[in-house]
Amino acid sequence: MKKIETFAGVFKARGVERRDFLKFCSLISVSLGLAPALVPRIVHAMEHKPRIPVLWLHGLECTCCTESFIRSSHPIAADMILNMISLDYDDTLNAAAGHQFEEIRKQIMEEYKGKYILAVEGNAPLKDNGVYCMVGGQSFTSMLKETAENAMAVISWGSCASFGCVQNAKPNPTGAVPIHKIIKNKPIVNVPGCPPIAEVMTGVITHLLTFGKLPELDRLNRPKAFYGTRIHDKCYRRPFFDAGMFVENFDDEGTRKGWCLYKMGCKGPTTYNSCSTIMWNEGTSFPIKSGHPCIGCSEPGFWDNGPFYTRLAEVPFVASDSGADKVGMYAVGAAAAGMAVHAVGTAIKKAKNDSDSNPTQEG
Amino acid sequence: MSKRIVVDPITRIEGHLRIEAVLDENNVIKDAYSSGTMWRGLELILKGRDPRDAWAFTQRICGVCTTVHALTSVRCVEDAIGAQIPPNARIIRNLIDVTQHTQDHLVHFYHLHALDWVDVVSALSADPKETSRIAQSLSAWPKSSPGYFKELQTRLTKFVESGQLGIFSNAYWGHKAYKLPAEVNLIAVAHYLEALDFQKEIVKIHAVFGGKNPHPNYTIGGMTCAIDPNSDNAINIQQLNMVKKIIDDTATFIDQVYIPDLIAIAGYYKGWLHGEGLGNYLSYGNFPQTADPASGLWPSGAILGKDLATIHEIDLADMGQVQEEIARSWYTYSKGDQAALHPWEGETNPKYVGPDLPYEYLDTDHKYSWLKAPRWKGNPMEVGPLARVLLQYAKQEPMIVDTVNGVLGALDVGPEALFSTLGRTAARGIECKQTAGFMSKFYNQLIDNIKAGDYQVFNNDLWDPERWPKECKGFGYTEAPRGALAHWIHIKDKKILDYQIVVPSTWNASPRDGKGQPGAYEAALANTPMEDPEQPLEVLRTIHSFDPCLACASHIMDMNGNEITTVKIV
Repeated sequence: MKKIETFAGVFKARGVERRDFLKFCSLISVSLGLAPALVPRIVHAMEHKPRIPVLWLHGLECTCCTESFIRSSHPIAADMILNMISLDYDDTLNAAAGHQFEEIRKQIMEEYKGKYILAVEGNAPLKDNGVYCMVGGQSFTSMLKETAENAMAVISWGSCASFGCVQNAKPNPTGAVPIHKIIKNKPIVNVPGCPPIAEVMTGVITHLLTFGKLPELDRLNRPKAFYGTRIHDKCYRRPFFDAGMFVENFDDEGTRKGWCLYKMGCKGPTTYNSCSTIMWNEGTSFPIKSGHPCIGCSEPGFWDNGPFYTRLAEVPFVASDSGADKVGMYAVGAAAAGMAVHAVGTAIKKAKNDSDSNPTQEG
Repeated sequence: MSKRIVVDPITRIEGHLRIEAVLDENNVIKDAYSSGTMWRGLELILKGRDPRDAWAFTQRICGVCTTVHALTSVRCVEDAIGAQIPPNARIIRNLIDVTQHTQDHLVHFYHLHALDWVDVVSALSADPKETSRIAQSLSAWPKSSPGYFKELQTRLTKFVESGQLGIFSNAYWGHKAYKLPAEVNLIAVAHYLEALDFQKEIVKIHAVFGGKNPHPNYTIGGMTCAIDPNSDNAINIQQLNMVKKIIDDTATFIDQVYIPDLIAIAGYYKGWLHGEGLGNYLSYGNFPQTADPASGLWPSGAILGKDLATIHEIDLADMGQVQEEIARSWYTYSKGDQAALHPWEGETNPKYVGPDLPYEYLDTDHKYSWLKAPRWKGNPMEVGPLARVLLQYAKQEPMIVDTVNGVLGALDVGPEALFSTLGRTAARGIECKQTAGFMSKFYNQLIDNIKAGDYQVFNNDLWDPERWPKECKGFGYTEAPRGALAHWIHIKDKKILDYQIVVPSTWNASPRDGKGQPGAYEAALANTPMEDPEQPLEVLRTIHSFDPCLACASHIMDMNGNEITTVKIV
């Protein structure tokens, strides 16, 4: 086994001043939406935990998740992949290719049994023996199963891995299914969105590194910290909705005054995501702020919930604090409680979130 | 005695690509085969949907070249229904598009391509003082002190010593084909990290006008980002100032980091002029300056056999020009597998006849890819930055002529050096300098319009499908960072009847066609000598010089997608 370093050790070794290290920890707490009082705990965690190997697989996808990931502003991508985790296997960034690349995956699976994270971008086509996605001469589906076998936990990046996304839209020609339909014996965190917000992606990983456990999940296995409320409920245009002031077409006076986009088809009222709070690209904007209705890209089956410019028939739960668990008829008991990791390097116990109790829909 | 090597997966690209190559006894590549190993079948998914939604579906073909499919799709639908967009919408779309080109090229050079030329581990033995001297001789970029490089080197050393090499694991460090001195390697590693941080700034322009990146929002009829300098809920001077600063910072980064690095690195590899390939180049043109799609700053045209004196005109509506073949692809055609079909009459009937999984080798004597083989008047063509730069060079575009001659002069090589892997990589950098300039140009056009009182970004005339013709066809095109891209649509009763796309990486990564003509990757790999066939660095160099995007290449939306249901289980 190779020597495993702590974050603080890595930071120090890289010449990062302690002052900067503490600042970094504060930024993480902000990105996770934590109280400043928790910063010392983050500092402690960073000083005592080693870097976790991450194997990042790509199935049927468009790589928008990776692109979003490298847009993260806190932490920045370079810190994330060089200092905080050990991103050992990723098609998009690895220097090695072909069998040298595949050897890395096999080595980590063996050397870090039960101690690595499997991150999956995209999903797996089950039709026709998986010939619609092949990697290194094997089907992506078999590769996924093989790599999940020894993983500590699985992160399903984006709507493809979480819910199926575009290739899973009707009529789903390749039989594409989300990851939890294939991997049933591991804790899975769904991080939906097309793509997910950059700081949500890095936030999910830093939550695990910092607190030693996966974030609390809702009934669709989404972290409550980032998918707890509807976009509509925190939307800065919400007062116009309540006042009944709506954009009627994209060239009217309401567009320039920032009125509500509900009548233009906005799916904010049925979409759970952090777009209206964290926003995109370091808080620069989000779709509604650019005058475009939300297309609901983090919701299961959103491609088939359209057309995008047709308004929702009804807006559920006008109350602003209704969490995802309160909407719908599903039992609250299906929610996966925060899954404990005794320490990094210890396998996370199987969470009670297997797909039988998971109401995720596809299509 | 020939031997066969396989590189699968090809990393540092988008999507799933496999290369098989046959080497002679001197380890020179005799034949190469390019195989796209993924297919998503979006054509069926799009059928019957609202054409106004098509941009969002097609955008998800690719998140690396995000925006280019969305842009092409709105152009395509607007062409079909006859919609006009306001000048501001055209300018904003151009600005989003050119921002994409610039950011994409920068990311490609440092994060997808540089490690084919840069030995990260060698940087550990660099002298920081000498590194600083070299860096300062190349550029005025301020992050160039001995202390800066010393600190980076210390971090890098500890990283390597940790034994957890992450993305640099098990690569080709120490390979004989690496030629850079340790100091230049250290400069490149520094800029790899700086560019990784900076690239995220550039695309904030997408967030301003399209709400987010990746996958900013478009709409047919214009854009939705309202402009009003006197509103606190529309694009006003604060957001425009942000865009301006990003544009200025981007131009500085390209001029002071990317271009000097490109020239410095290329200087050590100018003896490695392999990878010429087809010698046929195709570009559709882009960045329209009026309502006429053909009014682009980038010209359209085709070059055959490296003959820059003859530019062939192209017509995407001509049934005899752009055609797709499937003789060596995992599809069938109802007219027989030797047919070549224009997109308007295209078919996509997937039929996998490759080896059972898992396999060691593909059957490259027969069908071996999920990519079709697009051809222009029967010719395999290369698309991308080199095609565009050559076309502009041939048409004597002053900025391109000056920059190309400047780069060739700095490297002390002749124009023939452009026809190579290195030429492809240099062309991308040259083009990036041009697109950084276009960012500023389009920004100024937008400011001039706003100043003149024109705030309109959307035209509502044909938003309502009730006002559309009962049946119509159209096409839209652009030049994506990776090359020529076009969509074709057939609308009937307000719904998508058929949708078809021919994508840059399908041109470049295509398998052989019915006549046995290789695609651009395959041709470019031929005759390349390899130092060590076990360590396929030379293959990666040439493939990466095209900037492959396989999710794009293998998506294929098609005219007769319904026949897909006849696919046999293999």
